Amino acid sequence: MFLRNTVAAAALVVSAGAAFAGCGITDGRVSIVGNEFPAIQTVGANAVACAGDSVEVTTNLTADHQSINLPGMQGDPAEYTSAIIANSSIVALMNNDVIRPLDDLIAKHGGDLKKNQIITIGGNAMAVAFMANAQHLVYRSDLLEAAGLEVPTTYEEMLSAAKVLREKGLSENPVGGAYKAGWNLAQEFNNMFLGMGGSHFKAGSAEPSVNSEAGVKALEMMKALSEYMNPDFLTHDSNATNAEYRAGNVALMNMWGSRAATLVTAEGVPQDVVDGFAIAGPMTVGGGDTPASTLWWDGWTVAKNISDEDAEATFLAMMNGIRPEMIQDDDVATQAVWLIDGYEPTPAAVGVYAAAQSGTIPYPMLPYMGLMHTALGAELTDFMQGNETAEQALADVEAAYVASAKENGFLQ
Amino acid sequence: MKHKTFFWFFLPTAAAMLVFIFAPIVSVVMQSVFLPHEAVLVEVENCGPFGCTTETAIDQEATDRLRDASPLGRFSGLELYFDRSNLASAEVAEIWRTTESWGAFGSELYDLPFYRAMAFTLTYTFTVTPLLIALGFFIAVAVNSVTRQIRGFLIFFSLLPMIVTPLVGSLILFWMIDARGVLGNLISYLANDPGLSLKASTPLMWISLIVYGIWSSAPFAFVVFYAGLQTVPQDTLESAQIDGATRAQQIRYVIVPHLMPLITFVALIQLMDNFRVFEPIVGFNAEAHARSLSWKIFNDLTGETQQLSAAATTSVLTILCVALLLSPVLVRTWRDFRGKA
Repeated sequence: MFLRNTVAAAALVVSAGAAFAGCGITDGRVSIVGNEFPAIQTVGANAVACAGDSVEVTTNLTADHQSINLPGMQGDPAEYTSAIIANSSIVALMNNDVIRPLDDLIAKHGGDLKKNQIITIGGNAMAVAFMANAQHLVYRSDLLEAAGLEVPTTYEEMLSAAKVLREKGLSENPVGGAYKAGWNLAQEFNNMFLGMGGSHFKAGSAEPSVNSEAGVKALEMMKALSEYMNPDFLTHDSNATNAEYRAGNVALMNMWGSRAATLVTAEGVPQDVVDGFAIAGPMTVGGGDTPASTLWWDGWTVAKNISDEDAEATFLAMMNGIRPEMIQDDDVATQAVWLIDGYEPTPAAVGVYAAAQSGTIPYPMLPYMGLMHTALGAELTDFMQGNETAEQALADVEAAYVASAKENGFLQ
Repeated sequence: MKHKTFFWFFLPTAAAMLVFIFAPIVSVVMQSVFLPHEAVLVEVENCGPFGCTTETAIDQEATDRLRDASPLGRFSGLELYFDRSNLASAEVAEIWRTTESWGAFGSELYDLPFYRAMAFTLTYTFTVTPLLIALGFFIAVAVNSVTRQIRGFLIFFSLLPMIVTPLVGSLILFWMIDARGVLGNLISYLANDPGLSLKASTPLMWISLIVYGIWSSAPFAFVVFYAGLQTVPQDTLESAQIDGATRAQQIRYVIVPHLMPLITFVALIQLMDNFRVFEPIVGFNAEAHARSLSWKIFNDLTGETQQLSAAATTSVLTILCVALLLSPVLVRTWRDFRGKA
């Protein structure tokens, strides 16, 4: 008994000392690449706090993370020892086999993790999730009230509410949406398509099936909504759409949960926009029960092509990045829907919670989904500009997808 | 120059060209005739915050075996050059059979990614290049005729568009032509149409990109022509004046012929540059309206799944197009050289 206490006490002292020297890392190199929204910046900053004399911790948080994380992890040794990814972008890293299974490190250092944080693929733990995300409705309660409107729960109601808001002169372009040609436009289609009951691929194969009734109806709804958007909508990404909302130009929009908390905290937002800001769950469309949205998690991975020492250092630094104590801070707690132990949902989290509870489909983690997303982003713009029919646009999407899937060996 | 001297003089350049130009081109050509391995797919159970699902994933061990067996990938020959993402031979033949008129043929062709990119790239190259040469020449002549005191200031001012980083320059212009920006507002006021938006209209977006292209490249032509103007023989000019030539006639019959080699040089460089137009499309967020060959390569490389082979194929086609575009000028230069020798 005495011996055990002594050992425990000694271990405590050692670990406390080591923690002081940098999260229990004695030496190693940690280099993190990831997206740049507030929650990820917090995680990155906490990981950097582990830096010490012989521990190098750097972050590269940028909106272009998806185009640099794979090349940055393919070298040996890899430039990035950890990539912060989401359920869509882990696929490219898995496809190219650049991330390592984390089972042994989780057994050794992962005591704080909840079981649902561990992302397992085929029985191997490949990532640690720290937050959930989804797109959902944010709206101006003051404008809806002034027009005598209920909060829309379907896209059809959103459309009729937009009509009333414009007719009453409350807002010229009441609908906001990240419809920028490319990734964003494709994502809005995915939402609407899944809400219409569509499925991107024929069951159990890589054959596309977007050119369907659900696809046509999804595009028609997007076109109808775009009539109530700023005419430049094909150039608006999430940042530009948020700016429109902050400027008070938008009354209804489908926005990421991870951006909802900070939407009206920016400097210079008019008081009525701040006061009228409200969050609701994702909307359904076409009489379906499944919300027209997708569920996401964000998490981190550890590179395969690095030494075991660097991998352990990276794991410890990232564990410090998501340590449960950090969500005691009120600002940090509102930044995301954290999956971390001890998290209590804040008012900003209601949208994502509603999405998770109402049966929203997670974004498909399929090896060929990225190619489909790219094809959608490039080929739907002609329809949105009124240059071709929905059927023609979807036929183009399928043709573009099939060409690239054949090239990458997913289709014969 | 002795051959030996020339050899040693040229060696560093040749070595750099071999490593930085020739080797990458060889690598791109290789990449364009090989495809990635066939993906061996397996059903796996994925678990996460939203529960467990059975999904498809790539069998890494089986794929590794394929990779070891043929490290370069599947040899495909010229298959990629003719598939839908590039020359689309089958699709073009189909369109040719099914369309009645040239207009319908053109609009169907425009639906294919390579031809869409080609349409904008060629329009851009062949409007921007002559206009920027004309504008550069005009600025050079104008600056050359003002008094010396303010010339330095004017030269600096005229060079500004070239000093500004292309991406930054195009972003600034992008904000200015926004419906709420300075230029966007002015244009919608002049057109008397409050709903007018440059960014929502394909023709206006093309015009914006072309105007930007002329604005950003004219200084290059200006600098070259301005330097050329300093070498115009004064006695020829004076005799032209004595003969009663007007200013326009002097420019037409003395200055332009004297600057002709420089005009050819600027045209050569700018044709090459403009054919690779890329930054303004990104800066203007214009991909819904205008896509160039360079943008197409960029897009293939930056998706969640990189399409290296498709990008390599488009790169090779771009190189071939540039060579084709420059061939008349190169042939002419070669003839001049032979004529002198």
